[in-house]
Amino acid sequence: MAQTRFRPDRGLSFRMGLTIVLLFLLYIVLSAAIWWIFGGSGGGVGVALIAFVLPLGLLWGQWYYSDKLAMAGMRAREVTPEQAPQLHAMVDRLCALADMPKPRVAVADTDIPNAFATGRSPDRAVVAVTTGLGRRLTDAELEAVLSHELSHVAHRDVTVMTVASSVGVLAGLLMRSAMWSSMGRGRDQNSGLIFLVATLVGIVVYAVSFLLTRVLSRYRELAADRAGAILTGQPAHLMSALTKISGDMARIPERDLRAAEPYNAFFIYPAFTDKVDFASLFSTHPPLEKRLEQLGRLSRELGQPG
Amino acid sequence: MGLFDSLLGRSKPKPPRLDALFSLPNAALTLEVAAGFHATGIGSVCYRGAEGAPFEQIQVQLTQLLSGASPERVDDSYGWTWLVLRRDPSDVAGLVTELHAVNSTLEDEGFGPQLLCSLIGFADDAGRRLALVYLYKRGTFYPFAPVPGAEQKRDNALELQIRAVVGGDLPIEPDVTRWFPVWGAPGLDAPPALPSA
Repeated sequence: MAQTRFRPDRGLSFRMGLTIVLLFLLYIVLSAAIWWIFGGSGGGVGVALIAFVLPLGLLWGQWYYSDKLAMAGMRAREVTPEQAPQLHAMVDRLCALADMPKPRVAVADTDIPNAFATGRSPDRAVVAVTTGLGRRLTDAELEAVLSHELSHVAHRDVTVMTVASSVGVLAGLLMRSAMWSSMGRGRDQNSGLIFLVATLVGIVVYAVSFLLTRVLSRYRELAADRAGAILTGQPAHLMSALTKISGDMARIPERDLRAAEPYNAFFIYPAFTDKVDFASLFSTHPPLEKRLEQLGRLSRELGQPG
Repeated sequence: MGLFDSLLGRSKPKPPRLDALFSLPNAALTLEVAAGFHATGIGSVCYRGAEGAPFEQIQVQLTQLLSGASPERVDDSYGWTWLVLRRDPSDVAGLVTELHAVNSTLEDEGFGPQLLCSLIGFADDAGRRLALVYLYKRGTFYPFAPVPGAEQKRDNALELQIRAVVGGDLPIEPDVTRWFPVWGAPGLDAPPALPSA
């Protein structure tokens, strides 16, 4: 008895696992560096604790209130089943099919066609779509987008990406606190060296962690595409939805789009498209061709007999 | 989903649970005696149609398999397929067997995760309609009672009453937030069948 038609994508899981391991190693290197720099300079541990605990607390708050922050940032409002019966019915059915708790449903009044999922846990999650999305997509495509977003919720992507980005935040702090402490202590040789090392470590770690989090984010988009397409059993609708949205994203003027940029990590399609070539290295989302290629593979698996 | 699967972004399609469906005939008896609701003989399976030729072939195969129950295929406005079966209202056990045939066919072909829910229709002499909805992924039931003639209104009092009545016979979904409405489900809006003679 075949339980499911789809072959597991071990390559994607492996690459994602590797990225997470690398980020973790980076975190260890960074912690060791912090310990050596501040522990070595003597008496700075207390200062370092305050300097690091406070910003990490802010990051924690950003994660804890991610639903409220993202909703406010996108000016999305929660809708009841009476206000948006069709949207709710789609989410109801997809959640029952995936056996997950139903997230809250929100709508953002903007013509940018997009959707996002946020919230610190599947129980506290919000799935939001923009009115522009509803106008451009057919019902089947809208449902495909919703299943992509619900997969983000099931994979706890808000939590994973917050933890992943904390390495970068720490590294940024290391640079700044090295600056403060060296200014405080005057210009003897020892503190000058510490300042230099701390800044260098901070810069390198920050750059590497920035790239790794972007890589991780792209893998998680691919994973959400895959899980969403498997859930609905119809990769083709997600393909057409992505194609439609990406075409529209390119045509819309840039000024509006910049406002939406900070929330890109949890969007279905990034609102800000960089025109430089190396953008794919820094992008939070994989290129359209890559996403379509993966979905096409799933579609072919569904077409194979037996 | 485990921590490891979360980290790697691997949600596995959830296989359906099929067995609890067989406790329905008992619940139908209880409903008849304790609440005055009798089976309408209409049952349905709702699933998510997958793209591709293999799934189309299975749907054809299903129709042949169920030719005794005059199956009717309805594609609803949300992109889901309902296979509606009609049987003699007195034969709930036969209806359940046929529903199970649909489920196991889909599961054998690797489309088990596509199963959403099953509905078994009931009606009372006052014309109130009721469906027992079986959630495949949870293995639980819940009652769904639309208010007759009203637009998208549920009779919550009746639903809670039915939960109390059949709670001993069926595993009822404890989380009421998962009792999602199935407006316009085929077989639910039809006029009540005559009580079996």
